[in-house]
Amino acid sequence: MKTRLSINGETHEIDADARTTLLDALRHHIGLTGTKKGCDHGQCGACTVIVDGRRVNSCLTLACMQDGAQITTVEGLGAPGALSPMQAAFLAQDGFQCGYCTPGQICSATAMLEEIRAGWPSHVSADLEAPARLSVEEISERMSGNLCRCACYPNIVEAITQVGEAETVAEAAE
Amino acid sequence: MIPFDYIRAESSAAAATEGCRPETQFIAGGTNLLDLMKLQIVTPARLVDVTRLDLGGVEETADGGLRIGALVRNSDLAADPRVRRDYAVLSRALLAGASGQLRNMATTGGNLLQRTRCPYFYDTAQACNKRQPGTGCAAIGGVTRNHAIFGASEHCIATHPSDMAVALRALDAAVEVETPDGARRLIPMAEFHCLPGDTPQIETALAPGDLITAVLLPPPLRGSHIYRKVRDRASYAFALVSVAAVVRIEAGSFAEVALAFGGVAHKPWRDAAVEAALVGRPADRAGFDAAADLLLAEARGQGGNEFKIPLLRRTLVAVLTEAAKGQMQ
Repeated sequence: MKTRLSINGETHEIDADARTTLLDALRHHIGLTGTKKGCDHGQCGACTVIVDGRRVNSCLTLACMQDGAQITTVEGLGAPGALSPMQAAFLAQDGFQCGYCTPGQICSATAMLEEIRAGWPSHVSADLEAPARLSVEEISERMSGNLCRCACYPNIVEAITQVGEAETVAEAAE
Repeated sequence: MIPFDYIRAESSAAAATEGCRPETQFIAGGTNLLDLMKLQIVTPARLVDVTRLDLGGVEETADGGLRIGALVRNSDLAADPRVRRDYAVLSRALLAGASGQLRNMATTGGNLLQRTRCPYFYDTAQACNKRQPGTGCAAIGGVTRNHAIFGASEHCIATHPSDMAVALRALDAAVEVETPDGARRLIPMAEFHCLPGDTPQIETALAPGDLITAVLLPPPLRGSHIYRKVRDRASYAFALVSVAAVVRIEAGSFAEVALAFGGVAHKPWRDAAVEAALVGRPADRAGFDAAADLLLAEARGQGGNEFKIPLLRRTLVAVLTEAAKGQMQ
């Protein structure tokens, strides 16, 4: 089955069995191994990528269903020497130990801040109609789809807070 | 996964035609179906991808309600300003379900068609009348922590996992379906999901080829909109019990009450007698307890889920207390 995917700004055409998940297409057909396979059932979040601006579990969608989609993986967020703010913050705050969940955490957190910016409420938002806030409670709830078995959660929250606050300051200055 | 043919539907008529063929499943978000296919619990010969159909958008209806396209993502629906303002119970229920990533994929239509999370349904080495009719129910007498306390049968004690559907049941929503002959029909939420009876493999009122096109909400109900979900961890877990409530209190008494319960039955559970008993009564603890007594009179535990009976009682009382507190200050 021929599928055209735009990944990190580059067009890739693959010819894969219809059963191929987006995750397996990224890793095995395109060679982008930054995206990790953890549970392969949507429970751990290690495979999180950004599809058409939204964070999704790449293990729970078929590559052929994403024909024509714009996909960003951790490799597309930044590179050595040119890290994205979230990648730099995970380093600065020591937001990992083994690092296996980190690409998924970083993709998820990057898109999650956009959701807050868009005003999306969460389960812990006291007021559904008020602007979304950046707090430890909000970040924890919104990141609950990304597990870290090394339990680096406090530092992950610190990293996301650092980026979120920097963006807020930058916006206020504009 | 077992190999399958992948077909991308270009029109709802084409989808319905394809959908009538045997061993065929529609796929939209895919978050539940692909999981089940990987485990070979569901093994369709053909997948019909309906995500390119024009079934998105949330629109206001002539009667003052909302029409939610079947392909509207759970995250978009939860964040829709009209849903947040006028149907807060629905927004709350959606936000209580799954994770941010899953809500970005899962659709309104697909959420209604989620399969049970019964561990015996998920284990293909176990007997399950839902997965393989006639083989028996290994859950009965087994580990029953997440099983039903209402409406179970000797053939199946599974529960429906959706939070969204519980809110839709409280809101008296209706499911719009396009049938293979091109006609559209409306199925009230009350009739959409089935009790297991002796056919637990039949879970909804849909016929082969029927395609969900939208969910219709009636005009908004005023009052407190509350969705309270109790689960084993604070986020990203299925409900042990949940209560969706829209409650209006006037002069200290219940004026309008809509209550639906999740995690307790094969479908979102609603009991008209409980609501009728509350209307006109003072919103006080005696009234809350009487409502819980009435609701739970028919509840039957399965051993491992006996705790759900007092848990649902406390959750209902807590929700009614919150509603009363919010409206009587």
